[in-house]
Amino acid sequence: MPRLNSPAELEEFRSAILARRGPDQPCLTLCSGSACHATGSGKVSAAIAGELEKAGLAAEVAVRRTGCHGFCEQGPILVVYPAGICYLKVKPEDIPEIVATTVKEKQVVERLLYVDPNSGEKETHETEIPFYKHQQRLLLGNNLEIDPKNLDDYLAVGGYRALVKALCEMTPEQVVGEVKEAKLRGRGGAGFPTGVKWDFARQAPGDQKYVVVNCDEGDPGAYMDRSLMEGNPFAVLEGLLIGAYAIGANEGYVYVRQEYPLAVSNLEIAIRAAEEAGLLGQNILGSGFDFSVKVHRGAGAFICGEETSLLRSLEGKPGEPTPRPPFPAHKGLWGKPTNINNVETWSNIPLIINQGAEFYRSIGTEGSKGTKIFSLVGKVNNTGLVEVPMGASLRDIIFKIGGGVPGGKRFKAVQTGGPSGGCLPEEHLDTKVDFDELTRAGAMMGSGGMIVMDEETCLVDLARYFLGFLSDESCGKCTPCREGIRQMLKILTNITKGLGQPGDIERLEELAEATRGASLCALGKIAPNPVLSTLKYFRAEYEAHIAEQRCPALSCKELISFSIVPEKCKGCGACFRQCPAAAIEGEKKQVHVIHQDKCTRCGACLEACPAAFGAVRKVSGETVSSVIAEEAEITG
Amino acid sequence: MDTATIDNIIDKHNGEASALIQILLEIQSENKWLPKTALARVSEKLAVPMSQIQHITTFYKTFSLVPRGRHEVHVCMGTACHVRGAERILDAVEEATGVKPGETDPELNFSVETVNCLGCCALGPVMVVDGEYHGNVSPAETTEVLKTCGCEDAYAKA
Repeated sequence: MPRLNSPAELEEFRSAILARRGPDQPCLTLCSGSACHATGSGKVSAAIAGELEKAGLAAEVAVRRTGCHGFCEQGPILVVYPAGICYLKVKPEDIPEIVATTVKEKQVVERLLYVDPNSGEKETHETEIPFYKHQQRLLLGNNLEIDPKNLDDYLAVGGYRALVKALCEMTPEQVVGEVKEAKLRGRGGAGFPTGVKWDFARQAPGDQKYVVVNCDEGDPGAYMDRSLMEGNPFAVLEGLLIGAYAIGANEGYVYVRQEYPLAVSNLEIAIRAAEEAGLLGQNILGSGFDFSVKVHRGAGAFICGEETSLLRSLEGKPGEPTPRPPFPAHKGLWGKPTNINNVETWSNIPLIINQGAEFYRSIGTEGSKGTKIFSLVGKVNNTGLVEVPMGASLRDIIFKIGGGVPGGKRFKAVQTGGPSGGCLPEEHLDTKVDFDELTRAGAMMGSGGMIVMDEETCLVDLARYFLGFLSDESCGKCTPCREGIRQMLKILTNITKGLGQPGDIERLEELAEATRGASLCALGKIAPNPVLSTLKYFRAEYEAHIAEQRCPALSCKELISFSIVPEKCKGCGACFRQCPAAAIEGEKKQVHVIHQDKCTRCGACLEACPAAFGAVRKVSGETVSSVIAEEAEITG
Repeated sequence: MDTATIDNIIDKHNGEASALIQILLEIQSENKWLPKTALARVSEKLAVPMSQIQHITTFYKTFSLVPRGRHEVHVCMGTACHVRGAERILDAVEEATGVKPGETDPELNFSVETVNCLGCCALGPVMVVDGEYHGNVSPAETTEVLKTCGCEDAYAKA
């Protein structure tokens, strides 16, 4: 990689890459994000290399291992260019056929195409699959075309044009102005206007300033930042450089969660490549602007996603929050003015500079502009990353893109905004995703987790789960958060065990109010949300647990029991063999019975019982007998 | 863990006290856990008091101050996995290994940990055994996986 000393050299280099590649060059693009990696994309990649070698096509056909395509449910995903044929759930043994049929003969391997579960129709191209069709992938779209380890790929899709524009054609004030006018709001959760935040840091007195990328994506069930960082670290770095130029910073940090090893390594490779090319370091593109960046790995603390905690952690200290003001824009890292933004926010910057504030503002709603990436997970058919314009409805996201709830189950609720977000029931499915509208409905945007729940999810247990998480993650510095969460958790745990008392709901509400009002940082202030939103929409479920010791969703272990319906049991012994607790008794061809005192309620028997018999029953709030009636005999 | 390796890691970070967390992470990835002698060496070289190092190693969840088992089992307890039955997977792991989450058995066969999201929500519930991901597992499969993924020796003893 030569060092590029001016914008002209960069353009020349870019033209050379494009000329080398040509639009008709055959290329196999394999998704290698963390999820596809886990489903074997590494082995598929090896198979591709071997097969191309065998066919003598290794020199002719390019292979690109890209970041996350988003449709994680169907991974590993392989797209064959120039035709753009998309194959799903590809296994190493499929590769010889793909090379022989698609690469050589230009024919489609039908069996690996996407099949619409409703219509049974097959789709050949990624863009035709309903999951992708209803998205607007301004940020994630590039993930499909870029090998995150290869700077050339990013340059080929127009990378670093925004940087050149900012450095050569715009003053720092103009850059800040453009971001302000675009009305970009921080994607980390709070939704603070990014341009305004930049302006604070720019105007803060001091020679030494810092910019920081927050990639401490701790919300369970949310992984869009990871996919951006893994799939296109260059865009994050370009955004960061533009921000640094606007604010007047020459040093930056990227704080990445330690649980994301692939994001760390791809980012480090990207930094080295950018340094070699002169796109980081001294005198970037001959503009006189210097900027260097360091990677800092987190060490497993959710609170470090909070900006003041993150800065303490960067300094090598325990990540405990500090009161604001002073805001980091005035007194941040080592007491210097610091601007910290989330990964997705930084990724939006090149787009805004390239396309202009007006274009950006044309997407979205009045109060929320641009697109937002959600990680659509839980009880939904098409799990994956979804990028939609602000203002899309929850119904469209979950049903049109997500394909609805699997297994013919009924939709119950969707939880947005991470552990401190809220649960919205079916009546609120037409809520639009927008910072303000979600907050009004009792949920929040958060960083973009979207967890779908069906009728089998107990919302009291879910609230308990979130409070358990937050109680673990509370740093313990301030009492309202530390004790408030713990007391709420205690009450919720009792309720899910059938030990709830009359008055528990009121006690929860009182504690929630105190925790919300008196905590030091956002973790405590919004921790009561899961409790309050489930109480608001699913109060009856709490009442059933407390008054009747019944879990309507049949999920709380202490409140359910399994039994075998004598009339349906065929005595096949399947449940008997699967039971890990030896709680099932019965001879072959005899009606079996579950001894309630030994049963651990793992549900293995329910899964083992052949669907045609359906003899195992799960109930809550009823007493179940462990005795086989004398006369019970196999019927039918 | 020998002093030279520790010194190398510290030198890589120019002996800066602000790199303390990064240094401890690297020592742990070399050694799987943080022995007291290593911490003492870090304290001495960086001129950071031991009390502060203890604060760091107990504040951040990644750090282990006790030896780890030969086989590491991580069960994802993220929200997506939770609603898909992660708790039952954890029960099955505990049942099969006899090790509670956050603990290691005295023979150092298994260390069992819960994690708050691996970002592989499409595969939930997810379990990672010695770095290998196992997605969409049922409690029965969990036991199978522990038996067949190179843990046979340990499993026999558990």
